[in-house]
Amino acid sequence: MAQMTMIQAITDAMRTELKNDENVLVFGEDVGQNGGVFRATEGLQDEFGEERVFDTPLAESGIGGLAVGLALEGYRPVPEIQFFGFVYEVMDSISGQLARMRYRSGGHHTAPVTIRSPFGGGVHTPELHADSLEGLIAQQPGIKVVIPSNPYDAKGLLIAAIRDNDPVLFLEHMKLYRSFREEVPEEEYTVEIGKAEVKREGTDVTLISYGAMVHASLKAAEELEKDGVSAEVIDLRTVSPIDIDTIIESVKKTNRVVVVQEAQRQAGVSANVVAEIQERAILHLEAPVLRVTAPDTVYSFSAAEEVWLPNHNDIVEKVNTVLNF
Amino acid sequence: MKHVLESVESQFEMFQILNEDGKIVNKDDMPDLSDEELKELMRRMVYTRILDQRSIALNRQGRLGFYAPTAGQEASQLGSQFALEKDDFILPGYRDVPQLIWQGLPLYQAFLFSRGHFHGNQMPEGVNALSPQIIIGAQYVQTAGVALGIKKRGRKAVAVTYTGDGGTSQGDFYEGINFAGAYKAPALFFVQNNYFAISVPVEKQTNAKTLAQKAVAAGIEGIQVDGMDVLAVYAVTKHSRERAINGEGPTLIETLTYRYGPHTMAGDDPTRYRTEDLDNEWEKKDPLVRFRTFLEEKGIWSEEEENKVIEEAKDEIKQAIKKADEYPKQKVTDFIENMFEELPHNLQEQMEEYKEKESK
Repeated sequence: MAQMTMIQAITDAMRTELKNDENVLVFGEDVGQNGGVFRATEGLQDEFGEERVFDTPLAESGIGGLAVGLALEGYRPVPEIQFFGFVYEVMDSISGQLARMRYRSGGHHTAPVTIRSPFGGGVHTPELHADSLEGLIAQQPGIKVVIPSNPYDAKGLLIAAIRDNDPVLFLEHMKLYRSFREEVPEEEYTVEIGKAEVKREGTDVTLISYGAMVHASLKAAEELEKDGVSAEVIDLRTVSPIDIDTIIESVKKTNRVVVVQEAQRQAGVSANVVAEIQERAILHLEAPVLRVTAPDTVYSFSAAEEVWLPNHNDIVEKVNTVLNF
Repeated sequence: MKHVLESVESQFEMFQILNEDGKIVNKDDMPDLSDEELKELMRRMVYTRILDQRSIALNRQGRLGFYAPTAGQEASQLGSQFALEKDDFILPGYRDVPQLIWQGLPLYQAFLFSRGHFHGNQMPEGVNALSPQIIIGAQYVQTAGVALGIKKRGRKAVAVTYTGDGGTSQGDFYEGINFAGAYKAPALFFVQNNYFAISVPVEKQTNAKTLAQKAVAAGIEGIQVDGMDVLAVYAVTKHSRERAINGEGPTLIETLTYRYGPHTMAGDDPTRYRTEDLDNEWEKKDPLVRFRTFLEEKGIWSEEEENKVIEEAKDEIKQAIKKADEYPKQKVTDFIENMFEELPHNLQEQMEEYKEKESK
């Protein structure tokens, strides 16, 4: 086992699949010799050649179209969208084309494409880099949306995504890229897409989260433990489709839930989780299901991210509200 | 300071082989087609003209759905398709159903596509194509990808796509030709310039004198061709296809053509934006008329022969409509089935729900 950061685990996953399957192609802006702006593709072009790992012209829609076309020729494209705030430039290729390929062709064509893209707040990027836009794609039938919270999951989920015969959006929170290392097996393994993980067991309240907010939730759980509150923390890992079974099992145990997301409150993933819980387990609830989210403004100007982004204190506060309901 | 626009634009001249009178005006570029092949081209154009007339009638009777008329564009559509091989991959726009049919899509499936049945989109094995693209320009960026894939596989084939004059204003148009150029990918990008994007005339679309010249910005070959001249369209396609396969890169091909009918059958009224004079002017250039004259003068085509094709077309259309009528209706469970290789939790639940509804 090796100690890896999340970005190293991501590179390792791509290296693993480039080795395993000659149809895997990695491409995007600056991913070639430069190794990507975050170095996610560091060394891959040297190892696998320019035929397999290559730069594209600077145009996101073109990158999306390239992925669609290469998939039609039997390849397994892994394009990178340099920052997910640029997704608006490639929305048609993702939601209008890739996600509908199997459906509109009546199963004749498939689109085994994994779109990787950095996102997430707290690293003081310019506008349209950090936005949590997973909800946009989670609303699109036909594509899965995966967001790892740690290096181990990142490697296993990315390998699973690349091997998936349907399109997957793989979102990488920038703040987690190098924030910590953990043990990651050097051999190949997968983490199942669509399965959440109970990161911490508890009996009084369930915190449901994903991405960087998993860490805020774990921190909140530690604080709460000091007050004698036992919080269970669930990492969704895949936000579309949602792992309902793991959620409902936990709700039945704790009877109280707070859903935490970095994205704004309106619509989005957390609203969907709340809706599923009330439809399936309302009689198990002792309090309304509350949400901790960013406010419904456009993403924060970077100098104010600390006050705009949700944090562990916001979570503790909401937990106290559901406990005292 | 040197101004180059005028000199660049003047380089783009319309390529023609057969003029409006059915006379060969460019012997040097006359494609090497046998009498049988020439007759087959005529047969396809006649057949497709009848198919268009019948489709419009069927649409008015409520027996077809979405339909974009094709009359006037036969030479552009069929001349280009005739130069393709089975291994080539077609990414059509929504008016480009005839190319799919002649590439092997059964007629009843084309009718099912029009009716909004998914079986119309299920290409038979061996037909390398996507179903018609609805988003203007999306097929252009995808064509760059298919062509790059063909190149990486080392296949001797091309990716072929079609859009209209309006499509050249899309960002995806530039991204597609630029990507294909950057990768020297074997792609043929057709712009069927029928002068109107629904109602907006091409002069309001761009300040460019020709649409073919847009190739220059992407560093690829561009050519403007008489889209009413089936021999010219065929010759240009064949030549560009060979260049692409030989690693010489993609070509942007502008065909000058005209659609006689409305944009689609969903309420468009061309008299709001086109004059009768203009319609008449273009009908004089009709692709079937001039090619018929040419073949008749060659002594290889007759009215009798043409009537035979017309009867054959009408008969096959009738049979195809019958087959489309008999094809099983779509179910929501079919749609659910085609969402993912393995159904996730939510769709499994919905599958059960709809199975029960559909069993009632």
